[in-house]
Amino acid sequence: MALKIVKGSIDRMFDKNLQDLVRGIRNHKEDEAKYISTCIDEIKQELKQDNIAVKANAVCKLTYVRSLTFSCNTLFCCTRIGYLAASQCFHESTDVIMLTTNQIRKDLSSPNQYDTGVALTGLSCFVTPDLARDLANDIMTLMSHTKPYIRKKAVLIMYKVFLKYPESLRPAFPRLKEKLEDPDPGVQSAAVNVICELARRNPKNYLSLAPLFFKLMTSSTNNWVLIKIIKLFGALTPLEPRLGKKLIEPLTNLIHSSDSELIVPLSCIAVLISLSSGMPNHSASHVVCVIVKYLGLLAMSKILKTHPKSVQSHKDLILQCLDDKDESIRLRALDLLYGMVSKKNLMEIVKKLMLHVDKAEGTTYRDELLTKIIDICSQSNYQYITNFEWYISILVELTRLEGTRHGHLIASQMLDVAIRVKAIRAFAVAQMATLLDNAHLLTGNTQRNGICEVLYAAAWICGEFSEHLENPLQTLEAMLRPKVATLPGHIQAVYVQNAAKLFATVLRSQEGNTDSTTAQETSQLMIDRLPLFVQSANLEVQERASCILQLVKYIQKLQQKDVEVAEEVSALFAGELNPVAPKAQKKVPVPEGLDLDAWINEPPSESESEDEKPKAIFTKEEPKHSRPRHTEVDEKELARRREARKQEQANNPFYIKASPSSQKVYQETPGVEHIPVVQIDLSVPLKVPGLPMSDQYVKLEEERRQKERAEKKKKEKKKRKEKRSGRGKKHDSGPESEEDITPAHMVDIVTEEMPEVGRSGMNFTEKSSKHKKKKQKKEKEEKEKKKKKKHHHHHHHSDGGGEESVQNGTVEEEEPLPVSLCACVCDIQGNLQDGSQVVVSVIFENKCNSFLKSMEFNVLDSLNSKLQRPEGAGPHDGLTVPFQLPPGVSNEARFVFTVQSIVMPQKLKGTLTFIVKNEDSSTHEKLDFKLHFTCTSYLITTPCYSDAFAKLLESGDLKGSSVRLEGVNMPFHHLLARICFHHHFSVVERIDSCASMYSRSIQGHHVCLLVKTADQTVSIDAKCDEPSLLGNVLDEIKQTFSQC
Amino acid sequence: MIKAILIFNNHGKPRLIRFYQYFAEDLQQQIIRETFHLVSKRDDNVCNFLEGGSLIGGSDYKLIYRHYATLYFVFCVDSSESELGILDLIQVFVETLDKCFENVCELDLIFHMDKVHYILQEVVMGGMVLETNMNEIVAQVELQNRMEKSEGGLSAAPARAVSAVKNMNLPEIPRNINIGDINIKVPSLSPF
Repeated sequence: MALKIVKGSIDRMFDKNLQDLVRGIRNHKEDEAKYISTCIDEIKQELKQDNIAVKANAVCKLTYVRSLTFSCNTLFCCTRIGYLAASQCFHESTDVIMLTTNQIRKDLSSPNQYDTGVALTGLSCFVTPDLARDLANDIMTLMSHTKPYIRKKAVLIMYKVFLKYPESLRPAFPRLKEKLEDPDPGVQSAAVNVICELARRNPKNYLSLAPLFFKLMTSSTNNWVLIKIIKLFGALTPLEPRLGKKLIEPLTNLIHSSDSELIVPLSCIAVLISLSSGMPNHSASHVVCVIVKYLGLLAMSKILKTHPKSVQSHKDLILQCLDDKDESIRLRALDLLYGMVSKKNLMEIVKKLMLHVDKAEGTTYRDELLTKIIDICSQSNYQYITNFEWYISILVELTRLEGTRHGHLIASQMLDVAIRVKAIRAFAVAQMATLLDNAHLLTGNTQRNGICEVLYAAAWICGEFSEHLENPLQTLEAMLRPKVATLPGHIQAVYVQNAAKLFATVLRSQEGNTDSTTAQETSQLMIDRLPLFVQSANLEVQERASCILQLVKYIQKLQQKDVEVAEEVSALFAGELNPVAPKAQKKVPVPEGLDLDAWINEPPSESESEDEKPKAIFTKEEPKHSRPRHTEVDEKELARRREARKQEQANNPFYIKASPSSQKVYQETPGVEHIPVVQIDLSVPLKVPGLPMSDQYVKLEEERRQKERAEKKKKEKKKRKEKRSGRGKKHDSGPESEEDITPAHMVDIVTEEMPEVGRSGMNFTEKSSKHKKKKQKKEKEEKEKKKKKKHHHHHHHSDGGGEESVQNGTVEEEEPLPVSLCACVCDIQGNLQDGSQVVVSVIFENKCNSFLKSMEFNVLDSLNSKLQRPEGAGPHDGLTVPFQLPPGVSNEARFVFTVQSIVMPQKLKGTLTFIVKNEDSSTHEKLDFKLHFTCTSYLITTPCYSDAFAKLLESGDLKGSSVRLEGVNMPFHHLLARICFHHHFSVVERIDSCASMYSRSIQGHHVCLLVKTADQTVSIDAKCDEPSLLGNVLDEIKQTFSQC
Repeated sequence: MIKAILIFNNHGKPRLIRFYQYFAEDLQQQIIRETFHLVSKRDDNVCNFLEGGSLIGGSDYKLIYRHYATLYFVFCVDSSESELGILDLIQVFVETLDKCFENVCELDLIFHMDKVHYILQEVVMGGMVLETNMNEIVAQVELQNRMEKSEGGLSAAPARAVSAVKNMNLPEIPRNINIGDINIKVPSLSPF
């Protein structure tokens, strides 16, 4: 057996892979049939082998041979199987794909619609950028196939093509848009599908289609289309608020027309239907309640973002969902709870959640619950927490969870709260000490990231805030237990460091006593226990431990000489670590005299620099005068301002300044005296770890609030008594509003650390706004200058043959006002039905910050081409552009021109007038442009079969001409794709480095090309029944390639 | 976009696998296994949506499934698809199968894997929904089947293939093949 395998793999070295096979077939021109049959025999052999790779290779080859042989036969069943196999086993990196291009192209143009269909389906599964580029044009042509079945598939596959070859989007888009109004509902739905997918990626560009979709939505009866359109509007409405208002009516109509079974008398579900589908579900039989429930929750989470109040009233309902046996529903409900909490209901909700944590089965769900609890509590800087002791005890309770992976999360919360809420520290330290004391309960769980992370936080808090510890010595002993050595390294390191901090505190308390032996005993304890850590494998632990060990030994020596060391030891750890806001740097005032916007060196000389010089001197001198004045003001006002600020901070519930007076501020706050902090401290000594204590806070909180309310009522009564005279009702607040709940503890909100300085700040802003105005003026001047320059520049361009126009294959418009409006022509298309019409699509984009309206588009007609104006309009009247442009928005308009002769390119001059509307003013602006009709724009991509092509050439009606392009450095298929795209040709046949192409003008001229390439030289032989048209087209092609 | 369509039975045996996004073979296996694991442990009376199998993608993806007798039909879709819409689509697909096979059962899927694929191709194309009208789907499938029959089916194919190969002329193969291209063919050595 083993021998067989070895033999197999040796054989394999000489196996043919697919490339070999293809090469082989091509080399055996004379006896292909024989060669293929031997190959098939080989494949059979390979298939029998054990090696899976060999088999795969064999199947690959077989697929190729199949498609090759069958394609000659055009048997549908075989094509079908071939494509099915290909769609299953090809992917982007399969190298066979390169070989398939021609095969696919042939199938695409097959007269049998199902061959084409099957090819499209197959292609949709393995489009590569190369295939997309080469076949885009063929598929474009198929989009206007006579059979809706093909049209549908072609439209759908375009999305895949766009993904792989984004350049094709522009030329294909107008046609895609047409398909939205296709008579066949299938094609329509496919087009909607594609545009929805596109819009999901970049909704802004598709705003202009909104009216069209709106029409579709009200007229279509296809559920699928409706769903998609509603989804699309969901993406569009945030960009265009007016749309939302318009949508309300048709959406509600939809809901009412839909099946009654879906209308459950729950408001949330009514909204869900409008949001997530609006779908009249026909077979209501399977609409199970759970689905509605799930979608309802989903919809509510969307509503929550905009109307939190309306969802909050369903709180009970959502809490019930937590009991659902379906995990999907529970998770959704959890998501919702996050947004629903308020100061009022936080404790209640968390209590419910804690109950669920206890009941929950499966660690994933429990972990999810845990993170949600923490998320809910900590959201927006602990905004909803009124009592942090409650929160700490919740956190401690959470540590009891078995097997959770989120110890780290809990730990960071503990640290965060203990550091930022100063008032809570005493309580937190006590809790942490208990945790440390009972560490053995936690360390039983040695899973990674396990709960033992909490000890990290506990140790740090106990060490850093050790002055709050009731019995530091006991904690110190707890931290130096031998069991600690089993903890992960980083935790041990924290233990060691904080043991030192504790040691300092203990020393200080003991040295006050007369008996010096206790202090020495403590040192001895350290010296006994620390060597355990010195031996640690973890470097960090080792380093810290040996360092501290030496220190303690030295201290002991001093102690034996009766030297007081406590002060010095604690000085080691003096100073408080204060949190710093990430944006703190911004608040540091810029030193006076430092102008960050000023040039360090003289800027490169400009015409205006002369004016500025004296000014610069002036501003330099000014600060010197102002500085003393400034400080004077400071000294006078500082005290007063400080007072004011303190007052403000005292009233701000989320602010505790990092000053020693914070405690006082806390006590001064009216209404807080009633917090039974002391009582709680008394109740803490129940030192059973993880006793579910959080409940009591709920009760306490209730009491507190009641008291507060009573207090308030008293006050209000008083007030009313005082203000009986009239408007007493003003303060009659409801039962209990959000703002009424004063938090028991306050968080340092770091991000808001430095408030804006009162009045002086105002002055500054005023100054700067003045500055701004000046700047704006200057900018305006500059802009105008630039504008002029641009004008020149552009004229130059258009004189030079309209380079840009070639790039687009069509026409380009100048854009002299880069700041306000950019208009570019995306497409010029001939109209096949009417040989004298050309449609120009122009995209207008508003690039300034003002609103553009009343746009009028006018073109100076020439003898040959005329802008089609509505009846009754004079020959010089402009056409109104049928939309207005808010800032940053673009939209597309189409204009129809009538053209008489198409054999020459032409340029038309035109103007666009519009009104720029600012908040305070509106100005009338004008924009000149040139429209460049190339001959290419009169050509229309038309497929042609090779036999018809041959007949055409034979007929002898065509006159020839040729052109040579030198130095074209691109692969042949790129070149062809380029000609196809930019000049509207289609490839008739391609043989190696030689291809024939065809196109037709709107007036029925045939244009045939024979393109050959060799050594970077491309020669194009062309024939056409209209020589001057041909000459111009060839010139344009030449330009296209001279650009690259 | 639909990312994948999986059909497997109550024991997790795959009956139809269609990925519209490329995954390596072993990853596909893993996805199927995981999906089965997720779906099979759910009761029949819970909802039909499941968020995120970890493999197919992040939070943007959803599994939408239905359970029929012995088979699970699972669609993995991203957020651009409507949940109810896809649920409806599964129903359409199954009803179409039922029409084409006359009382479809698991055995039909085993023995006519290709036909199931052809039907699916008329419903979903490259991950995009092609057609939701059942009559239209059935009509197209029937037409294609009839065409296949008229050709004598696949059984006649080998004979035809041979004759085709014999008569084959490949006009587009030029005579001047580069000599350098053929003379030395170094077989690509496999790494073992």
